[in-house]
Amino acid sequence: MKCLAVMVSLIVVLVVIGSVMAMTANKPRTASFSRNTAAASSPVSSIPGLKHGPNGTMFISSGISDLDKILGGGFALGSLVMVMEDPEAPHHMLLLRNFMSQGLVHHQPLIYASPANDPRGFLGTLPNPMVSKDEKSRVHETEQEKGLRIAWQYKKYFGEQSSDSQRDGKSEYCNDFDLRKPLERYFFTGQQIDCVSLKESADLGAFHERCSSFLSQDKRSNGNITGGRIAIQSLCSPQCEYSNREWEMLSFVRSLKSVVRLSNAVAVVTFPPSLVSTTFSIRLQHLADTLVSVKAIPDEDKELAKLLTGYQDMVGLLSVHKVARINTQVPAILEATTFSMKLQKRRSLILECLNQAPVDGSSGSSYASSGSCSGTSKTAPLDF
Amino acid sequence: MANAPPFNLLDESLGDTASGGDGGRMILVEDCVETSGAFVVHHLLKRALHSHSSDVVVFLSFAHPFSHYDRVLRKMGCNLSVQRDNKRLLFFDMLTLDRLDKNRGKTGEDILIALYGEVQKAVEVFRSHEGRQHVTVVIDDVSLMEVDAKGSSNLVLDFLRYCYSLTAQFGCSLIALNHEDVYSTADQPNLLLQLEYLADLVIKVEPLATGLATDVHGQLTVSNKNIQVGSGKSRNRIHNFQFRIKDSSVEYFYPGSKT
Repeated sequence: MKCLAVMVSLIVVLVVIGSVMAMTANKPRTASFSRNTAAASSPVSSIPGLKHGPNGTMFISSGISDLDKILGGGFALGSLVMVMEDPEAPHHMLLLRNFMSQGLVHHQPLIYASPANDPRGFLGTLPNPMVSKDEKSRVHETEQEKGLRIAWQYKKYFGEQSSDSQRDGKSEYCNDFDLRKPLERYFFTGQQIDCVSLKESADLGAFHERCSSFLSQDKRSNGNITGGRIAIQSLCSPQCEYSNREWEMLSFVRSLKSVVRLSNAVAVVTFPPSLVSTTFSIRLQHLADTLVSVKAIPDEDKELAKLLTGYQDMVGLLSVHKVARINTQVPAILEATTFSMKLQKRRSLILECLNQAPVDGSSGSSYASSGSCSGTSKTAPLDF
Repeated sequence: MANAPPFNLLDESLGDTASGGDGGRMILVEDCVETSGAFVVHHLLKRALHSHSSDVVVFLSFAHPFSHYDRVLRKMGCNLSVQRDNKRLLFFDMLTLDRLDKNRGKTGEDILIALYGEVQKAVEVFRSHEGRQHVTVVIDDVSLMEVDAKGSSNLVLDFLRYCYSLTAQFGCSLIALNHEDVYSTADQPNLLLQLEYLADLVIKVEPLATGLATDVHGQLTVSNKNIQVGSGKSRNRIHNFQFRIKDSSVEYFYPGSKT
């Protein structure tokens, strides 16, 4: 009996909803403030791997969900992302791998250039998306993070839970990648992947031609936006013939920027700032829309281990220097600029705010506890 | 409040608050990687295209396409597309120019010489109008011009000198953006020194020494070389204040006076 009543009330509700929908559908849109539903349901929003951002920009995922979050959604289409390499550790490769894998998962065209002899071999090292096991939502996790921020020293007590929670809600836009498993073969089939070795080429002109034709192909492909990806590893590395011609490289980056800007693609270029002159490095930094640097941390740095919690799990530090501001003049001010790169369970790359460890013997000191996670790297006593 | 839209601290430090009054001047904007000075250029552009004046702007863009400036300025209440249609804005998109087939095979020198020819022609045409329109030439930015010239700073300097000569000849003003930190370590910071020498007004945009903050985005130092002491008003040579950039406007305030 009760069941019947529930059903009846459900039917009534459905009828009411149906009639309301019919009314709204029939009503001519006269109000000037009515939302343009035609624009909102444009084909773009249905494409996986693309997300609308502010100021008419669109984002594609960097392949690292934490980096997406830090940058406010991901890499903006049409932007040039520069990564400053660490001279001793290949952390920039982690960023490149995730960026390229994410593109392949989303079936986006990809061009990869490196100074290696066989750049196609790098494709074998791309990580595979992780199969999400449990359905813990992202909201839950952020709540936990907040809890951690308040009482971070208790982290070890519920570290097990937080590491278990997989990011699942955004699997459409950004996957989690398992760095230990190579990308499955079927992701490569039917893909437009272009691999270029920069070692043999005497100048960058030919490569630039290739990039522009790649981007114009992308533009022509059946009208809708796919979001191409250009990944260039170690642009100014000394193996390349042109590495001592700085102006040539600058004008290459500049023209690459101009073609990328007018297309629906993102270029990620890594370069070693320690191998080029400071002036040149600063010019490149000015050219970048989004500027990120990676640094390795030494294995046995007792002082640093004392200062930062979770030091053992860190593999490096990532600093965000500039966030792309396309179509706006407002700079993005981040909560923090330096993040620790960690390998969660040795599989997935995560970024975390730096947490300052407690100072011995000053358990109640307000300075030590407030220093965690707040502000820029400048607040930390060490200058990274 | 001091930062009411029409007359803010930046306008005040620029000298004359009346629109179009800055004839025959060169303004140099210097910025660095941490803090972009683009907003100063946007402000000066909007000032020059003020609705009550009939000033004309010749914009040489090496950094961004037109759509970027259009969107930014529209939020500030200035429609660049309309101004372009009204022949009050002449936009040279140097970002895409080097990809055009007509420039294939040309050296940076040829391109810059051709560009100057067009700028000069435009300035002469605008000056010959009956209204004697005041022309502002904006260059965004000089360091990219150097890249286009394949590192020949002499070429860039020649170009800028020629443009500077227009300020004397036709009374038009010149606004140039350059990056200060590029030259900080160079053996010869030649170009920047020359620019600073030519400029009547140097606007330096720097980050705060204490790092990034959400409510103060950086500080501005405006140094004005030509102060007419006889004009009765005593002005400071150097103004120093902080700013916060918003979409529609920029807040300027003296250090410590932010409420």
